[in-house]
Amino acid sequence: MHEMGIVTHLAKTLDELAEEQHITRIGSVTLEIGEVSGIMTDLFTDAWDYFKVRHPVLKDSELKLVTDPAVTYCGACGKTYETVKYGRTCPFCGSGETWLLKGNGCVIREIEAETEDMNQE
Amino acid sequence: MKVIELHRSVTESNDRDAQELRRKLKENGTFLINLMSSPGAGKTTLLSRTILDLKDDLNIAVLEADIESAVDAEKIEALGAKAIQVHTDGMCHMDAGMTRTGLMELGIEGTDLAFLENVGNLICPAEYDTGASRSVMILSVPEGDDKPLKYPLMFQKSDALVITKTDTAPYFRFDFEKCKERAKKLNPGIRIFTLSAKTGEGMKEWEDWLKEETAAWKK
Repeated sequence: MHEMGIVTHLAKTLDELAEEQHITRIGSVTLEIGEVSGIMTDLFTDAWDYFKVRHPVLKDSELKLVTDPAVTYCGACGKTYETVKYGRTCPFCGSGETWLLKGNGCVIREIEAETEDMNQE
Repeated sequence: MKVIELHRSVTESNDRDAQELRRKLKENGTFLINLMSSPGAGKTTLLSRTILDLKDDLNIAVLEADIESAVDAEKIEALGAKAIQVHTDGMCHMDAGMTRTGLMELGIEGTDLAFLENVGNLICPAEYDTGASRSVMILSVPEGDDKPLKYPLMFQKSDALVITKTDTAPYFRFDFEKCKERAKKLNPGIRIFTLSAKTGEGMKEWEDWLKEETAAWKK
């Protein structure tokens, strides 16, 4: 259900982008999925396949998923480390005063698209 | 085909809708609270008591979001507040577009304080901006003081935490200080209220906060 929600928002964002940039067809969408975003990639792909046929601009598009590694910052010693490997405790100094720097988001990196002016040429 | 580099958030269209809704609510003088919790934490009970206590001071409306049924909206309407039930059709959270549609349907002219009772879930609702003025999370004593450790995003995104069902404290091992400390660690600015909507204990502080925040929003 969580994945379906994200895909709904993704499709809406892309529909708006298509209108704004006069895109007629999207060939592929590359998404950066944070390692600790909680998104299940296989469920996400299923949800995408279900949705894309309902959006004319997206119907033949391919979804490319790229993992964005999670990094945590330690406030005590100032170093950064791999979140998934060490969790909340800094492997350098053992402190628990740590913050996730990145790796919990979901960002559209790029799309391949055909635009109206390309068709006219 | 050409490559268009975007680096845009997937939820960008929702973030824009949320900003627009917040602007509209500010213009209209309606303070909207996004109320989030797990199922059974006591959102409807807290709202019912709050409405009874505040209905002479403020014009209150409630947007009930559930996957199915209209039991919550019926309870609220029986108290004399305006209410509408929104069905999310299986979706685990409310977004800004759904919130706007619900509010427009309900009609918010003259409404001072509106509550969006989000779908009972501690995960997804935290990830979507609904356009609310403030987000408030409810945690009930029986759920346990370890919830900030398990659902950190919810605590980070909430402006206030309401710990409910304090009347059941003798039956559970709920460490209030530990829970507050955990929540503050995730979100140093979070306001914390402890109350029982059943006995009324602690309700005044919560209601005073609502009145102050509503008045500040209207300025």
